[in-house]
Amino acid sequence: MAHFTKATSIKDWLDQRLAIVKVEKVLASEYWIPKNINFLWAMGMILVITFVMLVISGIFLLMYYQPNVDLAFDSVNYTIMREVGYGWLWRHVHGVAASVVFLIIYIHMFTGIYYGSYKKGREMIWISGMLLFIAFSTEAFSGYMLPWGQMSYWAGMVITNLFAGGSLHADGLVEWIRGDYVPAQAFLTRFFMLHVLLVPLAIIGLIGLHFGALRIPHVNNQDGEEIDFDEESKKYLAGDKAGSKVIRFANDFMAKDMMVVGFYLVFFFYLVFYHYGFAMDPVNFDPADGLKTPAHIYPEWYFLWSYEILRPFSTDVGLMAFAFAQGIFVFLPFLDRSPNAIPASRRGLFKYWFWAMLIDMIALTSMGKLPPEGAFSTIGLVAALVFIGLWIALPIITYFEKKA
Amino acid sequence: MKDNSRRGFMGKAFGGVAAVGAVASLFAMKKSWDPLPSVKAAGFTTLDMSGYKENELVTEKWRGKPIFVLKYTSEMIAAMDESQKPRIISVGEASYLVTLGLCTHLGCIPSYEKDNKSFLCACHGGTYDIVGNVTKSPPPRALDIPPFTIKGNTLVLGEVGPEYLEMKKNGLTL
Repeated sequence: MAHFTKATSIKDWLDQRLAIVKVEKVLASEYWIPKNINFLWAMGMILVITFVMLVISGIFLLMYYQPNVDLAFDSVNYTIMREVGYGWLWRHVHGVAASVVFLIIYIHMFTGIYYGSYKKGREMIWISGMLLFIAFSTEAFSGYMLPWGQMSYWAGMVITNLFAGGSLHADGLVEWIRGDYVPAQAFLTRFFMLHVLLVPLAIIGLIGLHFGALRIPHVNNQDGEEIDFDEESKKYLAGDKAGSKVIRFANDFMAKDMMVVGFYLVFFFYLVFYHYGFAMDPVNFDPADGLKTPAHIYPEWYFLWSYEILRPFSTDVGLMAFAFAQGIFVFLPFLDRSPNAIPASRRGLFKYWFWAMLIDMIALTSMGKLPPEGAFSTIGLVAALVFIGLWIALPIITYFEKKA
Repeated sequence: MKDNSRRGFMGKAFGGVAAVGAVASLFAMKKSWDPLPSVKAAGFTTLDMSGYKENELVTEKWRGKPIFVLKYTSEMIAAMDESQKPRIISVGEASYLVTLGLCTHLGCIPSYEKDNKSFLCACHGGTYDIVGNVTKSPPPRALDIPPFTIKGNTLVLGEVGPEYLEMKKNGLTL
């Protein structure tokens, strides 16, 4: 039996039972972060804070929302927005955070791509991150159904139709997903369940995996330098704080992290209070009507790039291109054949690949919102082909990349 | 060793029973997501065909989906070629277009352009002619014709009749 002594303090009492001193060291004061990083390394903490805000605002929305096709629209647009004290605040925080979280995810992703943070033992960080992206996408889509407006209904119709697999005509599968011939009560209730329970559980589990994947390889740094974390942390603990290449996660690194978070929150609450309109599509303020399609159906901005890859092609080719676009980022660590884990700026052709990919995705995003006519159609088609071409080129250009 | 094999047996026995239970519960989960009997039972719509006016599109509702009904004028029929005529649905003396009002691309509702006598889907720019055949991609096929049977002067949607089977056999609809 473990030996317990009379506790000298509450901390000691807890420490004997929960090893809180050890846990604090492992998670915070002796979790080592390189010094050579910049503000882009704060995106992870910003995402954590945004996720927490989504959960808290979601809890309050959940108390008044009614997952019923006859009541859902009014429970959001009347009850929550007009009757519930500060109901508008929760809705706007929830809506703005759902949109902004994707902006930060994209910055986080492209930071990882630029600095090669998916290589040399960091593959699982990248893969778990991309699984989180898929989970967040599911969460965003299922949440978009809940107000049961026109965009909810028709986005639900179009996205579930994708599962028919084009010429495969798997209509039975589509009806199974909906629980009806069209999106109706069964559909709304099951997407409500996904949005408030199953997908958030998956997200929390994946965040655990994402953090766990960081522990052994540690955080990357601005030069992709391989740091001996044991050696450097010994130096730090021995008192050579200036000579060591690492600092403690808490409170040292956290202090800088939270400063960036502070700037972010100013921007975030500016959006919530003064500029929330971008996250509230006017079309979704009409109640769902299965007999009337809105003139243009488009997804929220963060899905536009993959939507635009679907759009210019015939159904089957479009679906394949769309599936390709959705899945291909997961395989980045294996498609990049170069052993160099250094910033893109020092990686020859990969430098151009990085910027071409970023610009192409911005082009796809801007075209996705415009009606599919004339020059927009052509630009969209070219951008979609460039996207596919870039991924085909990636293994080739990185295979021939000179070892740094 | 002996001990080990007994532990191994316990593990395998538990695993085996649990695997059967897991498969059985997957089956139950699949069935739980199926459309309910009440949803399926409500899947029939009867249309009285005597009330429609020529060249005026009426949108009916069947299984929550829009159904286009368009009574053709004799000029429209005269202008049709051989690829178009088989899609006509005749009830009594009159001829109709009866299709699902959902674009076969991704399910938006096309609009009827009365003057051009064609359908345009605003979502991705597909167009269909007067009988629902595709005239501009991306739609992969003509507008679908719902299962129907003709009973006197009415059309029952959701019930398969000989005329529908004939159309399906000829590949006119899915």
